[in-house]
Amino acid sequence: MSALPRASELGLIACTVCGLVCRNVPGDPRLDGDGVGDDMACPRCGTTLRRRKPNSYVRTWALLIAAFILYIPANVLPIMRTASLNDVDDNTIISGVVELWRAGSPNLAVIVFTASIVVPVLKFLALGTLLVSSQRGSGWARVQRAKLYRLVELIGYWSMLDVFVVALLTALVRFSVLSLVEPLPGVIFFGLTVVLTMLASMSFDPRLIWDGKDTDD
Amino acid sequence: MGMSSPEALLICEHCDTVYRRRTLARGDVARCARCEAELERYHALSVNAMLALILTAMIVFVQANMWPIVTLGLSGQQSSTTLWGMILAMWREQAQVVSVLVAATLFFFPLLKMLLLGWLLWFARAGRRAPGFVRLMVILHYLGPWTMSEVFVLGALVAIVKAHTYFDVTPDPGIYAYAALTLLITVFAGVDLRQLWDDVPEETA
Ligand SMILES: [Zn+2]
Ligand SMILES: [Zn+2]
Repeated sequence: MSALPRASELGLIACTVCGLVCRNVPGDPRLDGDGVGDDMACPRCGTTLRRRKPNSYVRTWALLIAAFILYIPANVLPIMRTASLNDVDDNTIISGVVELWRAGSPNLAVIVFTASIVVPVLKFLALGTLLVSSQRGSGWARVQRAKLYRLVELIGYWSMLDVFVVALLTALVRFSVLSLVEPLPGVIFFGLTVVLTMLASMSFDPRLIWDGKDTDD
Repeated sequence: MGMSSPEALLICEHCDTVYRRRTLARGDVARCARCEAELERYHALSVNAMLALILTAMIVFVQANMWPIVTLGLSGQQSSTTLWGMILAMWREQAQVVSVLVAATLFFFPLLKMLLLGWLLWFARAGRRAPGFVRLMVILHYLGPWTMSEVFVLGALVAIVKAHTYFDVTPDPGIYAYAALTLLITVFAGVDLRQLWDDVPEETA
């Protein structure tokens, strides 16, 4: 037994919801997380006990790909229309950032750029990398990969920023013919992208990072 | 299968490493030696303090939702909105998906979270498990990442700066209430709610 024993080596299993440590039969096929005959429940909270999140790779890939597909119209299509007496202007996410920069708020422009562009792209790249490397059982940079996953979990929901900006401006800018703001379909795609990437990172099981061949301990 | 002295062992949820639990002193954070994730941290907040925080947050939340967030002025006309004004506007403007997202992440989920916590802590204060404890704790766990009030505060700031180019902008009390709410959320963010499972034992349910 290594200095840092893992739950599976000790025949233990942690409840993902309440954290309770339970004993389980080593090698019990019912706990593989494949959804077949998973009928062992946590004695404390009733959640089905699984060694790993069920179908983690398949689910995460599916959600990530779906999120990526929606991310394209989210960026290409305008998210907001601003109309005034003599001018109609359709804004995309990126043109909104540019406008904010020009309006004299480079700091805020950087924040919006980070939340709307950098974070989603980082999520696609990070989760893609985590999926591929874990599926190959790679022992490469495990600690860094584990940290990357926690970063994705931590910052993921900040991407909703632009959705809230559009909603607030839509409700605020109501000056009949003088000035109006309307949401455009891009914002719907963007909102759904954020939700899907959050679901994707939730369905990835970080314990898979450590499940491959042991090379470092 | 049975419980394996749950107080004695601790499993890192990020890499499955098993640890023997140790008592944490003030300011201590236990980290996983394998993946460096946080295992446990000392919580300075007593149940009473948490309950006080939650009750404060509820009051602030009601104000943040009742009061207008910001007022715009253009050629003598005024326009302001509340959170629900945003939700209804998005619904009317054919963005129902966004309307539901905003309502869920900024209103229903935060409200539900506070109500659940208030309920659970109220009973925990007397060392008892609230009626429905197990189910409510599970709901609380899944609610975790879906409350976004702090993101909204930043979003409101961005919207104000954007609107400032074309309109006279007056921040309203709602935005300050939201800022206060964010502060409370930040204080609460370090609390591991799972401690309630251990804090209030099952026997007294
Ligand atoms: Zn449990
Ligand atoms: Zn760990």
